[in-house]
Amino acid sequence: MKFKSVFDIMGPVMIGPSSSHTAGAARIGRAARNLFGREPKWAEIHLYGSFARTYKGHGTDVAIVGGLLDYDTHDTRIRNALDTAKQKGIKIRFHEEDSHTDHPNTARIRIGDDDGDLELVGISIGGGMAEITELNGFELRLSGGHPAVLLIHNDRYGAIASVTAILARHEINIGHMEVSRKQEGQQALMVIEVDQNIDESILQELERADHILQVAKIVD
Amino acid sequence: MFRNVAELVEMAESEGIQISEVMIRQEMEVKERTREEVFGQMERNLDVMEKAVEDGLKGVKSHSGLTGGDAVLIQEYMKNNNPLSGDILLDAVSKAVATNEVNAAMGTICATPTAGSAGCVPGTLFAVKNKLNPTREQMVRYLFTSGAFGFVVANNASISGAAGGCQAEVGSAAGMAAAAIVEMAGGTPSQSAEAMAITLKNMLGLVCDPVAGLVEVPCVKRNAMGASNAVVAADMALAGVTSRIPCDEVIDAMYKIGQTMPVALRETAQGGLAATPTGRELEAKVYGISLKKE
Repeated sequence: MKFKSVFDIMGPVMIGPSSSHTAGAARIGRAARNLFGREPKWAEIHLYGSFARTYKGHGTDVAIVGGLLDYDTHDTRIRNALDTAKQKGIKIRFHEEDSHTDHPNTARIRIGDDDGDLELVGISIGGGMAEITELNGFELRLSGGHPAVLLIHNDRYGAIASVTAILARHEINIGHMEVSRKQEGQQALMVIEVDQNIDESILQELERADHILQVAKIVD
Repeated sequence: MFRNVAELVEMAESEGIQISEVMIRQEMEVKERTREEVFGQMERNLDVMEKAVEDGLKGVKSHSGLTGGDAVLIQEYMKNNNPLSGDILLDAVSKAVATNEVNAAMGTICATPTAGSAGCVPGTLFAVKNKLNPTREQMVRYLFTSGAFGFVVANNASISGAAGGCQAEVGSAAGMAAAAIVEMAGGTPSQSAEAMAITLKNMLGLVCDPVAGLVEVPCVKRNAMGASNAVVAADMALAGVTSRIPCDEVIDAMYKIGQTMPVALRETAQGGLAATPTGRELEAKVYGISLKKE
């Protein structure tokens, strides 16, 4: 069964007008912000399909930037997100793309500052739910429905075991997990969806684990 | 876990409890949360819905200018005239419209089950409230009963306009509302199921054809009619009228109709009202260009 909670039906509480074009878009933006770990100084946002065609009417642009500012779907500050970003000096550019994508509501977001950047692709699948399908060139499948932790690590034996051992010690159950790499022996990405929220101290512990280079989390 | 309406009704009737109670207990079990937590979260949703109706009745206008202000018109008409369709019905209509007008104006709403169909459940709730004088707890239970029927539809069919047309969104929302009205009015669990079936039967085939792709035209008025459909079907079920086709089979029919619906009529702004001359004209005004595919 796809829907497990009554609050998947009666919810989310959100800023209108569209669960897919507004709430889902905000969640994609917020996922990028979460994974980047800090407020970016610039953002290049590419919109595809229905997103590209109707974003102004739906406030998809406003919602994505709201997400980048770490606003939740029900945060009324979303409405003024473009102005707020401007005041903060964040440079934002939107690109309406013509090319075809697998999903009609797709956004590719590149954000960064002087210390680094990040690129992800997100899709809004309806009812306010979003999925991340690509991160820094790694393909992945990440639903927004559960808290998740993403780890960039060296592609070596023992990396996965050291991470799962830490989660087990803190009694955190893994619901879904996948590992992808661009090339054998180079960098790899571990995506772990969990049932419980992971607090900051566990993240720090994960960062110190063998072969782990970078850790980020997505909240429920 | 109940998988369909028949099991939901059976669980309620065999234990002598309400549909809302079945939903609350399942949520507690599945999510390992206390009754207070589950109830509290739904009560916060109720607060959001109440505020949205209030805001809408003060009058709002959407960014595109396509919708807004109709909830106020209807309320004023009710005050100064003797409405033909009756106070409860028109009150439900105005409050459903209020919710969707607030949604279109980027206000805060609770998706029930989606943003585009967010008006039916609160619209009917805050209208029948004036007649049935429910406690706050009964109002929260109204939302659990709605959620229980929506849960079955979402898992066995669809609640997405892009997947199943408007019948899946406003049709589902109206059916959920009808079932909840019955429970609040003191009807049985099986009467709730009959009300859901009668409502959904009369929304089968409804396409999703929003002008300019926006959740405004005809979505706001579709919620109005969904709400009125729900109130009438609830009364029919409470009178003892039953659906010849069982609720689960109606939901399955809705799913299959959605699957055979052309893509142009599933939230793509390519057919139906979106493709009318006036629809295209409004679209060009909103975006400065037409979305029409050559």
